[in-house]
Amino acid sequence: MTKKQLLSGNEALARGAWEAGVEVAAAYPGTPSTEILENVSRYPEIYSEWSANEKVALDVAIGAAYAGKRAMATMKHVGLNVASESLFYASYTGVNAGLVIVNADDPGLHSSQNEQDNRHYAKFAKVPMLEPSDSQEAKEMVGAALELSEQFDTPVILRTTTRTSHAKSIVELGERKTLPKRPYEKNPQKYVMIPGFAKRRHPVVEERMKKLEAYAETCPYNKVEMGGLELGIVATGPSYQYARDVFPTASFLKLGMVWPMPKKLIAEFASKVKRLIVVEELDPFFEENIRIMGIQAEGKSIFPLVDEFSPEVVRKSAHAAGLIDAPPIEHQLDKGALPMRPPVLCAGCGHRDVFWVLRKLKVTVNSDIGCYALGVMPPLNASDTIGCMGASIGVAAGMRRGDLEGPNVAVIGDSTFFHAGMPPLANAIYNQTPFTTIVVDNRTTGMTGHQGNPSSGMTLHHDMHPTVDIEKVVRGMGVDEVYKVESRDLDDFEDAVKKAVKSNKPAVVIAYTPCVFVTSHPREAYTIVEEDCNGCTMCFRIGCPAIYKSTVMDDKHNRPKALIDPLACVGCGLCFDVCARQAILEGVLKQEATLTTHVA
Amino acid sequence: MITANFLLAGVGGQGTLLASDIVADIGMRVGADVKKSEVHGMSQRGGAVTSHVRWGGRVSSPLCEKGAVDYFIAQEMLEALRWIEFVKPGGTVLLSRQQIVPTSTVYGADQYPVDDHVVATIKKVAGTVLLIDAKKTAEELGNARVANSVLLGALSAQMGMPPDDWLAVITVRVPQRHVELNRQAFFAGREKDWRI
Repeated sequence: MTKKQLLSGNEALARGAWEAGVEVAAAYPGTPSTEILENVSRYPEIYSEWSANEKVALDVAIGAAYAGKRAMATMKHVGLNVASESLFYASYTGVNAGLVIVNADDPGLHSSQNEQDNRHYAKFAKVPMLEPSDSQEAKEMVGAALELSEQFDTPVILRTTTRTSHAKSIVELGERKTLPKRPYEKNPQKYVMIPGFAKRRHPVVEERMKKLEAYAETCPYNKVEMGGLELGIVATGPSYQYARDVFPTASFLKLGMVWPMPKKLIAEFASKVKRLIVVEELDPFFEENIRIMGIQAEGKSIFPLVDEFSPEVVRKSAHAAGLIDAPPIEHQLDKGALPMRPPVLCAGCGHRDVFWVLRKLKVTVNSDIGCYALGVMPPLNASDTIGCMGASIGVAAGMRRGDLEGPNVAVIGDSTFFHAGMPPLANAIYNQTPFTTIVVDNRTTGMTGHQGNPSSGMTLHHDMHPTVDIEKVVRGMGVDEVYKVESRDLDDFEDAVKKAVKSNKPAVVIAYTPCVFVTSHPREAYTIVEEDCNGCTMCFRIGCPAIYKSTVMDDKHNRPKALIDPLACVGCGLCFDVCARQAILEGVLKQEATLTTHVA
Repeated sequence: MITANFLLAGVGGQGTLLASDIVADIGMRVGADVKKSEVHGMSQRGGAVTSHVRWGGRVSSPLCEKGAVDYFIAQEMLEALRWIEFVKPGGTVLLSRQQIVPTSTVYGADQYPVDDHVVATIKKVAGTVLLIDAKKTAEELGNARVANSVLLGALSAQMGMPPDDWLAVITVRVPQRHVELNRQAFFAGREKDWRI
């Protein structure tokens, strides 16, 4: 009997890599792709690593494939922007052993700065792309992608979305394939992309695309499922699943191979149905390419261009366009305004100290991607700009050159600093642009679930390797004004920022503030002394999730007093520091704070 | 073949994902095709967490459609109100009488809804409402963390299913030292009539 398991798309992708004989896998964490490598790391047969960024991860995977072992790089959609230069040269060089790039798009921006549609990368870089619509397909397609990669000598992109990566469905498990290593043979005309050689590779790439177009006609993941002939639905990924529910009697063309597209198959399918409807999230990628083939298709005139789809989004659009009779069920309820639960910095998070001080100093804050992006949220409201990984430092330099009124600082985390922060800092030193960079070093990659990075030295396998010391790095790069402080000590931190800004030089403040998830909690919970609290709201304004409004009112001012949840409080003491009435009692010191290697 | 759509909603830390894993496993155990989907990126930071579980002959969408949920397991009052539109007319709501106050009501002017308003609104949609003292029952048994087993016990009774498959899955899914307590919580939820 075959073994069946309920796996998330990401777990299935990891299993697929193992079954398909992948031997090297590299990634930089990024929602919704992170769990792929975390699951790969459980297979001892596969060398796997967190790389410093997605480009490095892809280069590592490309190198492994050149050397003759099946390789995988995984990343979120914007990670492929970082790695795109490598994708484009690898398209020209081709591979030796198979190379699959797993790319996870994020329609709906569950945890991203945009909702770009990375199907365009396949067309742009002239490489094939597959997209699964459930976990079983996710597992199988890793192997299929590697076969394609070797057969056509090309990197292959396997695209998922947040829904496919995080949804669970039933998967049949298989055994691992063991493959002989493909010998590496020196071949500069193929692997060295100087203009003279690259020029001769371009026709090879175009020829490859023609062969892949022919292959797409018979690819087993392009499936026709005939039903009624009124509507012919073209879809893939989660959109296919929603459409199956909304159009139970229609005919379907499911394009599991997203690129290149099978012209004959599409034309034949279109000729059999009265209306050809494309159901696709984000951009009209299929729709436009079908129209280029000269085939009539409808898509974005019916379904939205923005945000993630869901069964009700597809049903509502289809009903409005007259494609189906049954309207969506919509309850008319007067619920009133409901408080949201936006993500907040955790109780005891050191980033709160940083933003508390920066807001007090009234500096412009060019922030970056990570937990500390939450510093923009109320009540801290501290950040002015956030763009992409590493943008903080370059944008800060530009604002300085743009004669911004008043000082500005860049705020960047340790993992993001090593990912994309060093080049713009080198640039600031080189051009002597006078602004301060604050590296909030919390010794982890927090937002994606506490992965290690060069600053912590903790590997994907939770081994401790030598750390890359940020202070030594920035001093070595040539920053003279370097301050290393614990941000928990508000006065020290404030003093350091003031001095750094005043120096009028490229300066760096390293705010050492270990994440509460990678440290022991040194103190017990703080408590409010009820009779001393007058409900002044000062401690409410730090936005700590451990602080509540009490049902006990202050009689004089008729406002609720504060209350600390002893289970949520980790004893950081920021509320104690900001309380002007000494109405907060310090928690008992249990031990000295220590970094732990354990992560959740 | 049992066909059923479940929605579970709570706040980070309430064990929404574990509870939905258990519901999904039970579906597999009784021979259904199962899909499960959730959004949990920010759950560790106090965000709302929802998890969709679908049992059926062949399940397509991993998300339940709005207005098509048979069983809504709401672990928290505000989240119950937030997601009530997913329940089908006449569906079943298992409502845990627990409040977790969002920080926006602390530093801002947001108001947490009153219980009567939550219950009255839910009753406009649902055919059956169970108001369950899950946390209190769990605390009386000795550990607030077994509150979800109280809810799962009530769900099993509401679905008219025997307890065996549920207990088998719970036994595998919860830490060994808490199996007995979870079993007690399951039966405490199962044996009481919580309907209002």
